[in-house]
Amino acid sequence: MASKTLQTLLVYAVLLALSAVFISPFLWMLSTSLKHESRIFPKPGEPPQWIPTTARVDAEGRPLVIYEGREGVDLGPDEMGRHVLRFGATEVTAWPGDFEVRQRSGLHWQNYADAFHKMAFWQNLRNTLFICVTVVLGTLVSCSLVAYSFARIPWPGRDTVFILVLATMMLPYQVTLIPLFALYRELGWVGTFKPLILPAFFGTPFYIFLLRQFFLGVPQDLSASARIDGCNEFGIYLFIMLPLSKPALATTALFMFLFQWADFLSPLVYLQDDRQYTLAIALQQFQSHHESAWGPLMAMSSVITIPIIFLFFLTQRTFIQGITLTGLKG
Amino acid sequence: MTRIERRNLRNGILFALPYLIGGTVFMVYPLVMSVYYSLCHYNIITPATFAGLDNYRVLFSHDEVFWKSVYNTLYFTAFSVPLSLILAIGLAVLLNQAVKGLSVFRTVFFLPTIVPIVASAVLWLWVLNPESGLINGMLRAFLHIEGPGWIADVQWSKPSLILMSLWAVGGPMVIFLAGLADVPAVLYEAAEIDGAGPWQKFRNVTLPMLTPTILFNLVMGLIAAFQYFTQVYVMTAGKGTPADSTMFYALYLYRNSFVYLKMGYASAMALLLFLVILAATAGVLASSKRWVHYHGE
Repeated sequence: MASKTLQTLLVYAVLLALSAVFISPFLWMLSTSLKHESRIFPKPGEPPQWIPTTARVDAEGRPLVIYEGREGVDLGPDEMGRHVLRFGATEVTAWPGDFEVRQRSGLHWQNYADAFHKMAFWQNLRNTLFICVTVVLGTLVSCSLVAYSFARIPWPGRDTVFILVLATMMLPYQVTLIPLFALYRELGWVGTFKPLILPAFFGTPFYIFLLRQFFLGVPQDLSASARIDGCNEFGIYLFIMLPLSKPALATTALFMFLFQWADFLSPLVYLQDDRQYTLAIALQQFQSHHESAWGPLMAMSSVITIPIIFLFFLTQRTFIQGITLTGLKG
Repeated sequence: MTRIERRNLRNGILFALPYLIGGTVFMVYPLVMSVYYSLCHYNIITPATFAGLDNYRVLFSHDEVFWKSVYNTLYFTAFSVPLSLILAIGLAVLLNQAVKGLSVFRTVFFLPTIVPIVASAVLWLWVLNPESGLINGMLRAFLHIEGPGWIADVQWSKPSLILMSLWAVGGPMVIFLAGLADVPAVLYEAAEIDGAGPWQKFRNVTLPMLTPTILFNLVMGLIAAFQYFTQVYVMTAGKGTPADSTMFYALYLYRNSFVYLKMGYASAMALLLFLVILAATAGVLASSKRWVHYHGE
């Protein structure tokens, strides 16, 4: 009995330790995103700082600074980028690295404002949402139609064609990328959303498979009685199959949305104007141009990640079920 | 053909039409064209000119970076895939001990897999930052040792990426959890009656019963590792630095096609990748007859 308790304690200890390791990069991201620049890079010998700090300010909102041992107020940068510092009656100018901004524990939201400002954030968000929503709709319509054919209509040659559809899943995207790029270039579509959106309206093997498995499980008598009532095949699909398949359709929509939200390669290849960028591309571009702006970078990473985490909590059940379903039957 | 059969054929094809078109345009046509381009010199701006097996010849005998990218990809795969499987099984088994707060722990381990890859790559650049990053900061503060340069160091860049890939074991872990739920409790009871300890139960009951799930995750892991791209693109600004130590196969393929505009050459690389993926999958599936146990057999 005692060894059982010991074993349980050990399991909890290991799980807690590993949880700390897994969660710490997230906390580090949030913490950095809310830190004043002067505390993002710790001084030599200091351990990593978890509690964010922000500038200590006077009654008028001006940061308090220490310069050459004296305490003063930062009046802001001049046109050269040097800051004007006031000590009592005297004023001096100094470069940002030469004086220290006094800190207090607190959230430094400025990084978020900087990131939004530098990235055309709202435009990028609109692009991303437009692509996500269109692709989700296209996938739901096309994949459910095709899956219905493979699950519920007994046509000659069906099973052979279905195997071929599954076989196309094995094709790595690198193989299709270059000929499709050449094709879209021919059509003048490079630099538009079309190459990112259009294929979704013609079905994706993975989701065709997922929906087919689900449709197979819907009782045949429902279709049969509808057929006796004079309902045609499309009516059965629309009024019987789709309403009964909400869980599978929700899984499909959710996975496709997440995939598009984060998709990197296709937007990288096809979008050329920064006004068209999705959030993922905009973040990568921002990173490659501002390599050490860790505050705004972590702010932007948080902004891209938090909606997804929120969505995950809202749909956790659909999510885990979907993964296990596709995983075990795939 | 009866009237009903004819109607079924018509309806079946009509419903499947989106993918009958889509599969032809977005899969079959590009596959055929890829084979053709791989036999051509093609820079996308001027029409392709036939060059026989020239691209393949250059790849195999005159391109050191190609072989470097093959080596890097195999190195990454050889460590990342098995370590991920072991960690995922370990976590799943721990979570399966009927612990309280299972869903909280599961969420914690699963969350990293849903973070957009670009965001997690930027985050890890910062975590691995040699001067101010989390890992070296912790090493300095608690163990008083100076950590390596991680992603910036030729020796450590690939281990950094492997470490990072372990953060995303939540996907396979959830699948293993579902696999564990399917293990009949009687097997454990029988093992206990035979006097088996925890390790023997794991070794002789859990592990054999998990082999179908291991097979699935192994195949998926291999395919993903061979195509590893986004993380390394973001973390090295698409360059595979330092000194090509993170020049992975898919990254070099991308550079050939969209940086050097050697589309024929890149097509040859893409087809080779396809063949390797097919061969590896077939190899694993063939070997699985010897080590995968299906229940009820």
